[in-house]
Amino acid sequence: MKILSIDTSNAPMAIALVEDKQLVAETTLNITKNHSVFLMPVIEQLMQMASWTPQQLNRIVVAQGPGSYTGVRIAVTTAKTLASTLNIELVGVSSLEVLAKAPIELTGLPVVSIFNARRNTAFAGGYQLKNNQLQTFIPEAHYELADLISQINANQQPVMVVGEIIPEFKDQFMNNTNLVTFGNAQSQFPSAFQLALIGTDRQSVEDIDGFVPNYLRITEAEMNWQKSHPGESKKSYVREV
Amino acid sequence: MDKRKLILAFETSCDETSIAVVENGEKILSNIVATQIDSHQRFGGVVPEVASRHHIEQITHCLTEALEVADVDYDDLSAVAVTYGPGLVGSLLIGVTAAKAVAFAHNLPLVPVNHMAGHIYAARFVDQFQYPQMALLVSGGHTEIVYIKSEYDFEILGETRDDAAGEAYDKIGRVLGVNYPAGKTIDEWAHEGSDTFDFPRAMIKEDNYDFSFSGLKSAFINTVHNAEQRDEELNSRDLAASFQQSVVDVLASKVERALLDHPVKQFVVAGGVAANKGLRSRIERDLQTKFPNVQLLMAPLKLCGDNAAMIGAAGQVAFDHKKRTDMSLNAVPGLSF
Ligand SMILES: [Zn+2]
Repeated sequence: MKILSIDTSNAPMAIALVEDKQLVAETTLNITKNHSVFLMPVIEQLMQMASWTPQQLNRIVVAQGPGSYTGVRIAVTTAKTLASTLNIELVGVSSLEVLAKAPIELTGLPVVSIFNARRNTAFAGGYQLKNNQLQTFIPEAHYELADLISQINANQQPVMVVGEIIPEFKDQFMNNTNLVTFGNAQSQFPSAFQLALIGTDRQSVEDIDGFVPNYLRITEAEMNWQKSHPGESKKSYVREV
Repeated sequence: MDKRKLILAFETSCDETSIAVVENGEKILSNIVATQIDSHQRFGGVVPEVASRHHIEQITHCLTEALEVADVDYDDLSAVAVTYGPGLVGSLLIGVTAAKAVAFAHNLPLVPVNHMAGHIYAARFVDQFQYPQMALLVSGGHTEIVYIKSEYDFEILGETRDDAAGEAYDKIGRVLGVNYPAGKTIDEWAHEGSDTFDFPRAMIKEDNYDFSFSGLKSAFINTVHNAEQRDEELNSRDLAASFQQSVVDVLASKVERALLDHPVKQFVVAGGVAANKGLRSRIERDLQTKFPNVQLLMAPLKLCGDNAAMIGAAGQVAFDHKKRTDMSLNAVPGLSF
């Protein structure tokens, strides 16, 4: 099975070609946030080097968020459009889980992945291995950092924290819990190979058209509107004319 | 006989997700438009992040449907065309990203299209273009007079210095309690009232082709607020009529000045506000009486708003002019001609 995997959830961009769990080609860029400019040229180049044609692809695996809204949308739009137009399988994987897989396998420790969501909040999730399967022990959500630390403390288990650990986060972890160690430099960056490996065993999505990013946060406009209009939300706000 | 030329076009610059298939740049085989108006009405205007989220919900569904309705396959297509600006960056990115994916997947040429050129080409579905040509583009985001010396050679003669005409409609609509987008209702009210307030006609005497609508908007809002303070109720129909008369007077006078200085064969009116009945009838009358040799091409009503068919028509011409882009195409929110 030929897989193209893509992660542009945050500043780094990760792309891989993977065949039957073997890495064929992988590129990680950490030079810019301009994923719109670089994503397709890198895909084009990797496919050319691997002598793969788009028609040979069997499956697209994409990091579905959370992360930067625009970044996640570029990967998800590319992935769902390729899957739709080539009539192939699409798999979405949590961008947080992508970061957790390698350190868990390496250390056996439960891992908490975090992305900076500004204003001292983070998108985060906690994962551990159970019967060789990755399981969530802290649900993926948008947390006040203090709440995330409380959850880690309540769990009473040592964890490794990986991802976007800005200095302000690091200070708060160090001051408020002794259960946390921090991942190495490599654990800050997503690996598209790991993403493809997770995506190889997953069920593909049934409704490609309905596939959207996992933002983990509604927009501010929507939140304010819902507050002032309780119970009025409709299922769909878009119609064909 | 030549093989028919088919363009698959993407348009997502603001709050409409649209994908179309256009044959030979002049025939619409499909034109799927998914509008988000019902969503943005809740906020009184387009919220960019909400718009981007809706686009990504709609994009592949619109793609499949555009091909199905047109009854064509990827093998039949000559190229993919896409709006890459101007517009909201997050909205543009969905169309640009999807168009790149389709062009890559099927090894099709990718043609970048300026959204404003697209609006002009909505009139291409009325008749063939002749040059030199001039266009008045009026929408929620833009108000400009464009001179087209020869095919696909655009020059902006004049533009708004502040608000776009459509934006002014939406802002005074809010004061009158009219739902976003307000243009259609204000236009209807205007026909039921008369110009009793005599609002200012900004820049109408100035020797250029530029516009300004923020002064008019302020005068309007002040008039309403002052009346409120006096507990006086103003006639909303007369307010609408007075506002619209000022907008139309300014647009028409600048068009007249531009046409006097730049003789053309055709005059195009396009963009969302081109659906305004007051504007359409005024331009029609002015051209008939003052420029009888200029052919008037008004964008069909249902192609005045944002749609991908117009991008397909412009895209075919851009394609014939060898406009191409590679996979690094990015959205350019402030794109100009
Ligand atoms: Zn427009």
